[in-house]
Amino acid sequence: MGEIGDSRPEPAARTGTSLRDPRPADTGPAPGPASAQRVVPLRHPGRWVATVVVLVVLAQIGHGLVTNPFFQWDRFGYWFLRPVVLEGLLITLKVTALSAVFGLLGGVVLALCRLSRSPVLQLVSWGYVWLFRSVPLIVLLLFLYNFSALYPSLGLGVPFGPTFVQFDETALATEIVIAVVGLSLNEAAYAAEVVRGGILSVDQGQHEAAAALGLPRRYQFRRIVAPQALRSIVPNYVNQLIGLIKSTSLVFYVSLLDLFGQVQSLGSTYPGDIVPLLMVATVWYVILTSIVSVVQYYVERRFARGSVRTMPLTPLQKLRTGVAELRGRIAAGALR
Amino acid sequence: MTTDAATPAGITGSAPGGTDPATDVRPAAVEIHGAHKWFGTHHVLAGVDLTVRPGQVAVVLGPSGSGKSTLLRSINHLEKLDHGYVSVNGELVGVRRHGERLKELSERAILRQRGGIGFVFQNFNLFPHLTAAENVAAAPVATRRATRSESRARAAELLARVGLGDKADAYPRQLSGGQQQRVAIARALALRPGVILFDEPTSALDPELVGEVLGVIEDLASTGTTLIVVTHEIGFARKVADLVVFLDDGVVVEQGTPAEVIDHPRHPRTREFLAKVL
Repeated sequence: MGEIGDSRPEPAARTGTSLRDPRPADTGPAPGPASAQRVVPLRHPGRWVATVVVLVVLAQIGHGLVTNPFFQWDRFGYWFLRPVVLEGLLITLKVTALSAVFGLLGGVVLALCRLSRSPVLQLVSWGYVWLFRSVPLIVLLLFLYNFSALYPSLGLGVPFGPTFVQFDETALATEIVIAVVGLSLNEAAYAAEVVRGGILSVDQGQHEAAAALGLPRRYQFRRIVAPQALRSIVPNYVNQLIGLIKSTSLVFYVSLLDLFGQVQSLGSTYPGDIVPLLMVATVWYVILTSIVSVVQYYVERRFARGSVRTMPLTPLQKLRTGVAELRGRIAAGALR
Repeated sequence: MTTDAATPAGITGSAPGGTDPATDVRPAAVEIHGAHKWFGTHHVLAGVDLTVRPGQVAVVLGPSGSGKSTLLRSINHLEKLDHGYVSVNGELVGVRRHGERLKELSERAILRQRGGIGFVFQNFNLFPHLTAAENVAAAPVATRRATRSESRARAAELLARVGLGDKADAYPRQLSGGQQQRVAIARALALRPGVILFDEPTSALDPELVGEVLGVIEDLASTGTTLIVVTHEIGFARKVADLVVFLDDGVVVEQGTPAEVIDHPRHPRTREFLAKVL
């Protein structure tokens, strides 16, 4: 490249002297200086327009939320951290956590039964999932609520034979027990499918390699199959978990005052505050889901080890490098 | 590796692998006896007998669908035989003798036996969530044959041996196909197996990566480990094999030294196959 300066002909020269000018117009692959060879990325004006439209709509929604007196933000502020609301929140957290743990444990057992070589276990597991996915959660909860009428006492013993232990059902079945049992039974059915799907997603070659190396069966499952299965189990189960957080609002119907229950009963005592109370519940549910989502992001990253060549940056890391870059640019500008 | 001209070709692994089979009192490294296997109505193995002596390198050739992989996988009981048996270093694999009959062993016992038989897959089957070193160290740690630090040191040593000393912390997906297969070979070596089985170890590789993997297998052959290799690499078979076995339709059509089977095949089916691949 011996030429210096812009190799592209002036527009005037191009139109006027094109017959004499042997050089091709700027569509040709004429070698030019480095600056003329820089590839200019395609512009996306449509994207900018869409961005502006979306921002305007968002601003309007925000404006509406803030200025509409119907939301009564002062009442929202009054109720948001009231002990009575926080008590409900605690119940929601307790029921969610217990049901999530029992549901997952049940789901793992059901999935393993379904994948076992015993046809009886397979059938029982399939039947369980079929039944509990068919029954609406609210129906299940109300059933359990009235369970003591069906079976006043529960015993443990040989079927059709002697009973060893006997419980008084009404004493055992407090509201929270009913809620946790109902949600766990329901959750286990869905978790079973999530876990089973995850295990099936692991390549058959992995099972073979583990078997060919003579790895003990427990080790095969815990160190080879499970970590790979979790990659697909985590996002699906978190989805399930978020559904669970919200389904806990149904425990209101078995006389348990969770977050929603408290808000509902407060609403009937203070009819004027129904909307701000619903907003209180909404914001708390949004906070819970957000926490779960952030945890999900990092858990997923942990199980993604080895699945991509290089890990993408987390939003926090991106923000940090972005800020550092900006600072560098400002510093460079100041120097100039 | 000399060919003993006095030994009749074509009978029980006549190619010597360092020791004269006539005076070798050691049990065969691998012995397959009357192996039959059906997949549904398909008779994949129709009575295979094969003996590989300690230190020998056996190469199994044959058209696709001839039962090569099934035969290889039956040696470490990844595939159960319907009839017949396999023994490795004199010990039955996957079964025990119970009077007149053969009874399948417990899974635990089979897993323990597999420690003595290395297996290298066509698709590597490395554990993607573990680094190269963790892949190699997994078996010794899991089977408690070595402490964690011993296993780690041995993994580093084995990776160096296959030319990947600098890739210990790389995940499989960060490695090329040839590198992955070499890690897989190091992994198969971790338990110091007496026999190593290779199921088409270079078939999933780009042509320019085949050489590095075959080179590692060749090095292994020179250390006196018994190897059984299913492959389509005729050049490799000619160079490294002590015993070449040609399998077709689930039976051993012909076996002998590379000079016998590859250069002077007697059976028309062997000739036909070699004409296609050479």
